[in-house]
Amino acid sequence: MAELKGWRDIPIGGMILEAGNATEYPTGTWRAFRPVFGEAECIHCFQCWLFCPDSSILVDPENEKMVGFDLEHCKGCGICASVCPVNAKVIKKADEELAQDDPRLCIRMVEEGKFQE
Amino acid sequence: MSKFEALAGNEAVATAMRQINPDVVAAYPITPQTSTVQTFANYVADGLVDTEFVTVESEHSAMSACVGASAAGARVMTATSANGLALMWEIVYIAASTRCPIVMGLVNRALSGPINIHCDHSDVMGMRDSGWIILFSENGQEAYDNLIQAVRIAEHPDVLLPVAVCQDGFITSHGMERVEIYEDADVRAFVGEYRPQWSLLDLEHPKTYGPLDFYDYYYEHKRQQVEAMQHAHRVIQEVAEAFNRTFDRDYGLFEPYRLEDAEVAVVVANSTAGTAKVVVDRLREEGLKVGLLKPRVFRPFPAEELAEALAHLKAVAVMDRSISFGAMGNAGPLFLELAAALALRGVRMPMADYVYGLGGRDILPREIESVYRDMLRVAETGQVERMVTYLSVR
Repeated sequence: MAELKGWRDIPIGGMILEAGNATEYPTGTWRAFRPVFGEAECIHCFQCWLFCPDSSILVDPENEKMVGFDLEHCKGCGICASVCPVNAKVIKKADEELAQDDPRLCIRMVEEGKFQE
Repeated sequence: MSKFEALAGNEAVATAMRQINPDVVAAYPITPQTSTVQTFANYVADGLVDTEFVTVESEHSAMSACVGASAAGARVMTATSANGLALMWEIVYIAASTRCPIVMGLVNRALSGPINIHCDHSDVMGMRDSGWIILFSENGQEAYDNLIQAVRIAEHPDVLLPVAVCQDGFITSHGMERVEIYEDADVRAFVGEYRPQWSLLDLEHPKTYGPLDFYDYYYEHKRQQVEAMQHAHRVIQEVAEAFNRTFDRDYGLFEPYRLEDAEVAVVVANSTAGTAKVVVDRLREEGLKVGLLKPRVFRPFPAEELAEALAHLKAVAVMDRSISFGAMGNAGPLFLELAAALALRGVRMPMADYVYGLGGRDILPREIESVYRDMLRVAETGQVERMVTYLSVR
């Protein structure tokens, strides 16, 4: 989190004067569930990239590959896991317990506190 | 050359709007404001103004359109009354906190219920904490003059707050009076051109209005509003001085009437102040030292100047055209705030509140005279028998 400014040093009325500065707000701190990428299963369909509300799906455009998550901004909403067609083949909903037990899932949501590298 | 016209208060306000020629007006008709926007709509239809007139489906939408247009960088005006203002409520606060310099003609009417279309001040008193600047007008002339000044006050870079210009429903809004109308060119020169600093239509500098504002910055934005209100206190006086010079008027934070050597005074806003002046003159003929203070600026509340202007009196009555239900003594808001202002500055004198005229109940000279006679007795004894009187209630 950037250092907080005083009332004299910010635009009035809550205005944001710089376009696209949402990247400066690390919404990753809100996360309760963390997405985990199962690279082996991924079919690189970009559904997660399309649906992510925080533009937090990292892709390699040259090789047309999904490569991971921008965890600075990912709020852990789980939409990526929900829309992932690989996951859909396994279960209808990305239930967390099932997800942890099933290595075939491309994107699984893991409780932030329990996450270990 | 200015000219004198016979105009109802709403027509005077509509005339000011024509002369100001705002970029956008968004309004919804409600009695007794209707003839303001109806008259102005005629000006739009007749091509006398360049205004984009947005006809909306409700006051909530009217104020929303005003905020949007103001954010886009337009000079924006609207008008409403009572329940219309109540329906705007959510956006009334947003207009102030988003720092939109919108000017509103507010024709004071009793809030329902029971439903009533006539004058009292319950509508404006409800918006007193909303962050708007609030000006009172005794008659059509003052409503006209205040509206012109409101544009410059609202748009001042140190202020950037919306302004509501009040006049009494029907009594002023529909009462035809002699109003001095200045030259169009003089009014336009006085209000000048609005140069918004942060226009949404400035595509070279994209920006966001109204984003989410949490515990990390919301408080700081409220502090900025306080600062703007503090600046408004000065700017209102500067604009009044310029206006007085240009149009030969005498506006200030309030109008003292035969107050200087008075021993007893009444504080009353809007049209009833006019009636009270007649009563003051009559009692003065009897040799009674009575005076009047007519507030013009209610927000920001000029506590220090009011205390100073009233300090020499032996007794003061406040006349309130609304009730702050459940507040101390079930008194009116003007009394409560003035009493606090005097007490905190060590100005001690017997004070009483007279609630009057709710729902358009007539207030007669003899009733105002009874207030003065009460206060003359209080001045002698130093004792207030009743803190709050509901004048002429059955």
